[in-house]
Amino acid sequence: MGGHVGAPHSESGYVKTWIYVIRRLIALIPVALVVATIAFVLIHLAPGDPASIIAGPDATAEDVENIKHQLGLDQPLPFQLVRWYGRLVQGDLGRSIFLRKPVLDAIIDRVEPTLLLTVSATVIAVLIGVPSGVISARFHNSATDQAFMMFALFGISVPNFLLGLIFVLVFGVWLGWFPVAGYSPLEYGWAKTVRSLVMPAFALGLVQSALIARIARSSMLDVLREQFITAGRAKGLGERAVVYKHALKNAMIPTITIIGISFAVLLSGAVVVETVFNIPGLGRLIISAVLRRDYPVIQGVVICIAGVYMLVNLLVDLSYLLIDPRVKYQ
Amino acid sequence: MAVNDPAADTVDLGCASAVERRSPLWLVQLARRKITLAGAVIMLATLVVGVLAPVIAGNPTQMEVQARLSAPSRTHWFGTDDVGRDVYSRVVYGARLSIFVGACVVLFSFVVGVTCGLIAGFYPRLDNLVMRLMDGLMAFPAIILAIALMASLGPSVANVIIAIGIVYSPRVARVVRGSVLVIRETAYVEAARALGAADVVLMLRHVLPNCLSPVIVQASFVFAAAVLTEAALSFLGVGVPPYVPSWGNILSEGRLYIQQAPWLVLYPGGAIMLTIFGLNLFGDGLRDLLDPKIRGLQTERQRAG
Repeated sequence: MGGHVGAPHSESGYVKTWIYVIRRLIALIPVALVVATIAFVLIHLAPGDPASIIAGPDATAEDVENIKHQLGLDQPLPFQLVRWYGRLVQGDLGRSIFLRKPVLDAIIDRVEPTLLLTVSATVIAVLIGVPSGVISARFHNSATDQAFMMFALFGISVPNFLLGLIFVLVFGVWLGWFPVAGYSPLEYGWAKTVRSLVMPAFALGLVQSALIARIARSSMLDVLREQFITAGRAKGLGERAVVYKHALKNAMIPTITIIGISFAVLLSGAVVVETVFNIPGLGRLIISAVLRRDYPVIQGVVICIAGVYMLVNLLVDLSYLLIDPRVKYQ
Repeated sequence: MAVNDPAADTVDLGCASAVERRSPLWLVQLARRKITLAGAVIMLATLVVGVLAPVIAGNPTQMEVQARLSAPSRTHWFGTDDVGRDVYSRVVYGARLSIFVGACVVLFSFVVGVTCGLIAGFYPRLDNLVMRLMDGLMAFPAIILAIALMASLGPSVANVIIAIGIVYSPRVARVVRGSVLVIRETAYVEAARALGAADVVLMLRHVLPNCLSPVIVQASFVFAAAVLTEAALSFLGVGVPPYVPSWGNILSEGRLYIQQAPWLVLYPGGAIMLTIFGLNLFGDGLRDLLDPKIRGLQTERQRAG
């Protein structure tokens, strides 16, 4: 931002930054191990054993034993756990019981709509949330501010799937502006894809924009109370210059965090909203897997989403290095 | 406005920080803020509706097949669903379920979260172990972990409570641990220790009561999150079993009949919005009052996560 790109200006500064980045990556390892272990425990928490579910209701005891042996389920638990870590490191998420293909392939097949939905919802949330928060803060305690904030408080009270259903009713059924449900893949032309994503993306993005507006507003208010703002006003700067040039830059830091977290939250929100609009993404994949008790798919989707979540959080932390020249990492 | 402002932070609320935590005045103070009061009224209304459900509503599972998907009328105020069940009765019983699930999740996540937070904050040796487990649980987005847990536990009301409780316990634990780390170092804890108080006594009598206010603030947000998560899980078909009247379940059926029977979406949807709105209004007010140290931003972040 501005003239400062990156905190470090010296040789040793660069080294320090890289050491920090590497340390953060190493710090992820224990969390990743716990995540992998939780995903492993999930399948063993289930009533009945996975082998008999895979074998199906008509299987004989012998079939079940065979499958157990094939999957290594007859081995001691710690041994299975170590094997599970080993497979994860190699990117092997196992095979889907129902879809009869590798879990990773099933996930890749479904990733396009979920990713597009998440990205467009994030863009909508930021484009609406940040300006309304900033305007609210600039006209603090005015009617505009109160109206925005009441709206935002109401916004965080509406679950995204409900807003989606209301959109379907109003813009799909009553007004007929957008298709009620379904998704048109990119390969059939992007215009159709955009049309099918407008309602779900707004349903997801609007709710998050309310949250972003509240945060942008409070961080803006914090900054506006600082001494350098008073100094700026004292030397005769106009209110516009104070708010948009000096305060905004400083208020962006907490806001960027929230944008990053928003992406992660919206990814999981997309999983829910997909059901409203019948979009064949990761959400439909995991829900149908739950209904069919297709445990490898559940594990795979959960691990992938948690991975993205962790990665985004890391990137948010690291982005401070670029945004805020004052931040020094030891 | 500054006092009523829901997203205001400490600087606006200089007056609130002066309020003593144990002051009997705090209820009066709370009532004085009109917005917080409005939130409390909405919450209370939901509670009354939920408690009185058997009195004010009919049988939520009785089917009148000949009257299926009929529009709101004098006999069926909110219309009927696809098998002819009275939507009004189902929405009212849905309030009962939401409150029950919300309260149980708060209880569950507080018992687990406070215990873990106390232990982690009190015993530096266990801190790392407990908090890494909590970090791992929090590395999953809430709804995703809840879905995965429901897949293993199977659909039932108790399992919904357990699943959502597991999801929110780490968030409570983190808040408690943070307070414990500060309070552990205070002079009065040291004095109590010097007088020979056992660890359990120290934790329960000296540390815990003093870290309660951020925990109480957390309660209203966990409650709201639990109601929302239950609705989302049931809507997705992996929450409470389909025959249990729940707002999420009604919406899930409503999605399929949205063209013929919009009332299946509008009434339970309105109920969810109003309840969560009330909880948020009340929670914001409670936060400003009980715990001026927690700034708006932090709560927002917890909410975002």
